[in-house]
Amino acid sequence: MGVFPLLALLGVVTVQGPAHAVASLCLAQADATGCVNGTVGNRAAPVEGAVVTLLDEAGTEIESQTTEADGKFSFTLDTAGSYLIKVDPASLPKDLEIRPPAAAFQGPDGAIKVEVVLGKSAVPALEVRSVDYSDAGTSFADKIAQSVVQGLRLGLLLALASIGLSLIYGTTGLSNFAHAEQVTLGGMLGYGLCNVAGLNMWLGIVLVTLICAATGFAQDLVIWQPLRRRGLGLTQLMIVTIGLSLALQYTFQYVVGNSQKKVVVETFDVVTIGPVTLTKLSYVAMGISLIVIGAVGYVLLRTRIGQATRAVSDNPALAAASGIDVDKIIRLVWTVAAGLAGLGGILYALVVSNGIRWDTGMQILLLLFAAVTLGGLGTAFGAFVGSLVIGLIVELAGPLGAPGDLKYAVALGILILLLLVRPQGLLGRATRVG
Amino acid sequence: MDQFLNILGSGLEEAFAPATAGLVIAVIGLNLHFGFTGLLNFGQAGFMLLGAYGFAISIIEGLPMLLAVLVGLGLAIVFALILGAPTLKLRGDYLAIVTISAAEILRYVGRLNQLEDFTGGSQGLFGKDYNKPFVDASFLGDGRFTLSPFNYRDIADGALWVRLLGLAVAIALIVLVVRVGRGIKTGNGPALAGRPRLTLVLGILASLVALFFTFPVTYDATGIDGWWARLVGWTLVAIALLVTWLLVRSPWGRVLKGVREDEDAMRSLGKNVFLLKMQALVLGGMLGALGGMVYVISSSVQADSLGRSVTFFAYTALLLGGAAAIFGPVLGTCIFFAGRLLIRELSAAYLPDSIMSDQQSQQFSFIVVGIALMLLVIFRPQGILGDKRELRFNV
Repeated sequence: MGVFPLLALLGVVTVQGPAHAVASLCLAQADATGCVNGTVGNRAAPVEGAVVTLLDEAGTEIESQTTEADGKFSFTLDTAGSYLIKVDPASLPKDLEIRPPAAAFQGPDGAIKVEVVLGKSAVPALEVRSVDYSDAGTSFADKIAQSVVQGLRLGLLLALASIGLSLIYGTTGLSNFAHAEQVTLGGMLGYGLCNVAGLNMWLGIVLVTLICAATGFAQDLVIWQPLRRRGLGLTQLMIVTIGLSLALQYTFQYVVGNSQKKVVVETFDVVTIGPVTLTKLSYVAMGISLIVIGAVGYVLLRTRIGQATRAVSDNPALAAASGIDVDKIIRLVWTVAAGLAGLGGILYALVVSNGIRWDTGMQILLLLFAAVTLGGLGTAFGAFVGSLVIGLIVELAGPLGAPGDLKYAVALGILILLLLVRPQGLLGRATRVG
Repeated sequence: MDQFLNILGSGLEEAFAPATAGLVIAVIGLNLHFGFTGLLNFGQAGFMLLGAYGFAISIIEGLPMLLAVLVGLGLAIVFALILGAPTLKLRGDYLAIVTISAAEILRYVGRLNQLEDFTGGSQGLFGKDYNKPFVDASFLGDGRFTLSPFNYRDIADGALWVRLLGLAVAIALIVLVVRVGRGIKTGNGPALAGRPRLTLVLGILASLVALFFTFPVTYDATGIDGWWARLVGWTLVAIALLVTWLLVRSPWGRVLKGVREDEDAMRSLGKNVFLLKMQALVLGGMLGALGGMVYVISSSVQADSLGRSVTFFAYTALLLGGAAAIFGPVLGTCIFFAGRLLIRELSAAYLPDSIMSDQQSQQFSFIVVGIALMLLVIFRPQGILGDKRELRFNV
């Protein structure tokens, strides 16, 4: 909730005086001190060991700090005014440099201007980018090719999660806002099993999928089935999933902390095919998700269980009347959905986001919903197609001119536009939806 | 014990902070959407962000404050029209997905580096750049002021028993107010005299007096985080409550509830359901924008501080207080903010670091919020003040 309660918290904590994790963080006191706080890199990928120097306007050094694993620095000042902040390029990892700030903040010699006011914290942006970052060098066609493959990779991994989301929606009518936390859970378990406990990565992937499937089973047993029996409305159920999602997010943060955790420590070999460069594991991950999605598709189309699932999707009452155990099917759907999301989560953490954080899932939740809605709410194959489309849009938005984080916004914008013309989605049947 | 009382006091301060007043106004708007019309708006934080940006940027660009407020409200109207047009004819969850997506798009756009000169990018706009006209408009003068001037320190040298007594009286009065309030709503509360509404108003005033007697707070009269901001914030809350109350008991409000209960029935009575929903969406969205302005007046406009989670907190606060109850948003939001602060501070103060570090107690308070939201919806969907019969609707 902004700076406001946080400062209140810090204020109270400081008065009480016990040692705590943020003891060194500068606290601005009204009319007495001003602060310059911030992170080198960003919260998701902080830079350790960067030497940050604070200079006054004339360029005289005032203080210098070396960042720790969280990338944080914090200077306390007792005079308001303009200051300069600088990061020693030699202290950064070889392949990184500080992203130049907007013109208004550029100081001499690569320094960044900060305006310090007493009683306030100034937060200069010290984000990093790759040294070989350049708009020239690769041809436009090559960039598009690279983005298309990256888009397919993202799409296939999103599909693992969104198919489950769509199946749950189809069989129960529930928009599950906590589904993204199953994705995070997959990554977190991967971090715990492979990184902390030192398990083999492949074994870890299998175990993560199984454990996540078990959590889906348990969730339906403990929460969702009893609530269905109570006859709780869908709107109310949806709000319950929001509560669950909040509780799970902060539980991850409680247990693992705020920083990005890597699933495995080592880096992977890079394979270049034509203009496309990806890690070897990326290709493997794409293969895994294709096979798994194919298997799910086969089960849905060719087996009695799949037929029963589709029957429940179409009309639960009629399915029950024709002898299908609806509760059992829904239990199975929850189990499979959670397992797929967990698999998607660990693969996503391995090849796309390069690690897992408490809010990794939250960041892709809307992409999942967009994929499901785009393809047509409740249709598994729609979710697959929708995921690929969303993946491609997100990755292609950058090279086609959308700046920074706007690539996610573009995907969501296209979703809204599509709903204008085709509310049933790409593959949904045109029925009355309101 | 002193530490405990101090923490309670800081909980009270949080409940009356300007930012809380801002969120209360936004939750009142959400109540109009969700409680009275049954619209699943998951983008209330987006409305708040639009209001805040519209207000702050207009002032920075040199417009007078009144015009800046109108710009913020106007942006909210446009946003509501754009969101409502494609979705209000569809099933409810479409509106949910579109509003949450649109709010996120706003947040992403707001923090774009390319717009840094305009929105301040991810660093946001600093309060000092836009709150000068607001502070200048104050008629409270300089200096500091303690509320209440007559407090526990004036009796028996501020002995502990005076404070505890004040606290007990305050709690008793609040319980009384809640019971009378529920009684008015359901028509079978405690038969306190023949004039429950008068009892209610007097009870609210008396409980405020008792609270501030027990926990006197001192702020600057005018400064950005002083009494002026609180006075304006809570006056706006009162106005928003009055407007909602008048609207909801009007014929228009009854049709609105009809739409919530059964759209098709309303349609068959010849009502334009789409138009009604749109009106509710626009009105609630304007309240959201106004709330956003109050929310940022004593801090800063930062896209990330008005993200999705603010919407979810607003829902928690609304369901806690009671959806479709006029005073639900006020009670729910105050309890939500104060409660979260109390959980955090108490577990930070009384649990040793080996069990829960101070950082973890912050996260613990959010875990409690999430679980509370689940339990509320399952076991007490009407919240503290609501009426269960009014919340059976489905979208």
